[in-house]
Amino acid sequence: MKVYLDNAATTRLDSRVLVKMRPYLNEKYGNASSIHNLGQEAFLDLQSAKERVAKILGGEAESVIFTSGATESNNLIIKGVAQANQAKGNKIIVSNIEHPCVRESANELARLGFKVEFISANQEGIITSAALEKLIDKETILVSIMTVNNEIGTIQDITSLAKVAHKFGAYFHTDAVQAIPYLKIDIKKMGIDLLSISAHKFNGPKGVGAAYISRGIKIKPLIVGGGQENGLRSGTYNLPGIMGLVYALELAYKERSEYIKKVKTLRDYLWQSIKKNIPNVQVNGSMAKRVPANLNVMFGSIEGEAILMDLSFKGICVSTGSACSATDLRASYVLKAIGLDKNNLNSNIRFSLGRYNTKNEIDYTVKCLKDTVKRLRSFSPIK
Amino acid sequence: MALNYTKKTVDHFLHPKNIGEIKKPDGYAQIGNMVCGDQLDFFLKVEKGIIKDVKFLSFGCASNIATASILTEKIKGMTISEAKKYKWEKIVTELGGLPKQKIHCSVMAVQGLRKAITDYEKRQVVEPSFGKKKTSPAKKVVKKVVSSKISSKPIAGKKKK
Repeated sequence: MKVYLDNAATTRLDSRVLVKMRPYLNEKYGNASSIHNLGQEAFLDLQSAKERVAKILGGEAESVIFTSGATESNNLIIKGVAQANQAKGNKIIVSNIEHPCVRESANELARLGFKVEFISANQEGIITSAALEKLIDKETILVSIMTVNNEIGTIQDITSLAKVAHKFGAYFHTDAVQAIPYLKIDIKKMGIDLLSISAHKFNGPKGVGAAYISRGIKIKPLIVGGGQENGLRSGTYNLPGIMGLVYALELAYKERSEYIKKVKTLRDYLWQSIKKNIPNVQVNGSMAKRVPANLNVMFGSIEGEAILMDLSFKGICVSTGSACSATDLRASYVLKAIGLDKNNLNSNIRFSLGRYNTKNEIDYTVKCLKDTVKRLRSFSPIK
Repeated sequence: MALNYTKKTVDHFLHPKNIGEIKKPDGYAQIGNMVCGDQLDFFLKVEKGIIKDVKFLSFGCASNIATASILTEKIKGMTISEAKKYKWEKIVTELGGLPKQKIHCSVMAVQGLRKAITDYEKRQVVEPSFGKKKTSPAKKVVKKVVSSKISSKPIAGKKKK
């Protein structure tokens, strides 16, 4: 049996989305910047794509620009906004549980001389408004706090955080990659100035994302060239990807309520079964303030990657944290940030469920997990 | 995936040899710890200078388990002086290669074994010696190996999972 429980890393493309993308590869292949009919047809589709994204996220079409994914969107927004608004000040605030693309963008700004503050999450994995109030000042250009954490799935109170940012005249950015479709995003109502999403996290294609940049915000482009996206992001429009993103986003929200009900039932069932069958386990992060697809579990006295590999040979795909951690092998900074006992930092598995999981798969996973944990504990020196 | 283990490494991970403890070992050592992300405990049974039995326990990743497993398999039956000379590079060769970010596992396995041998050698000193005992040459060898072969690679230095 094959079980994919790593949907926070990436998801399977919905075949309905693939059908919508296909014509843009071999029939409607025009360059949206060309002024002949094939190009202009592509341009009209691009415009409608922006309107459709804006409608779902509660923003304006002209503020949507398409990128290669959230890493690019986050780099563009954080570095671009900071560098274009130095008249305001030189301080940037990001949380200490952000995705590496946000952290590294902030670190790059620090090397350029910006003052970068990392705001700490509490033990539940939540960034409080009070914590932000302590760090923010009139010199702050930008505050960037993710909507949903990728490792522990915790949900931030974006509306309140954005309010604090605005009180000090700072822009508020949120990396909303892991939030879709679990939360309803209303850019205007929530007070979001800048936002990033990526299609492959919600059953869309890889290599395409969007950056929402509210009107009037000055920003320095990352990629220059032909001047596409009003000069904010040059490069030929990726129409197959863009149309895939839009359609996947629409489907995700159209089918949201039944999907959430299903995924929450399965996730809760997974946790109940793990607790029932395996001793010495605990959930990392707040169970209540977390998206219904995420479960991050500590398995005492054994090492996470060994669990991952053992499950992998049984056809089950999970992760030890973020997919990035598979190559750099570092203990999770997110779990460190929420104060997990240092002896347990290397004993964690992230299960992230998705659209295609079934109860059968969960039963199989727990059955395998029980054997895996038992085997690894049988020769662990930690008692 | 990023970690392409060879079939042999996988075999040793899924079916490790010589796991467990030896009651009243002639030599014992623990290396690494939970905070760093890997720990190995080695137990030796030595008769007439020959390693009669060796066992290990592991808190670690797949290659931590596999490298310790193959090492114990190879050194069982060796003399103490042969086992002391067993190099981490040999583990890598025997396994048919290791992903570069996992090389440190083989180094740690060899270090752990040498530490257990040092413990064995200390126990052989029947008469309490005068002053402090000289540091084992084995330790120096390991240090040298680590610094000359891998400290330049960011991955194998202090970095662990």
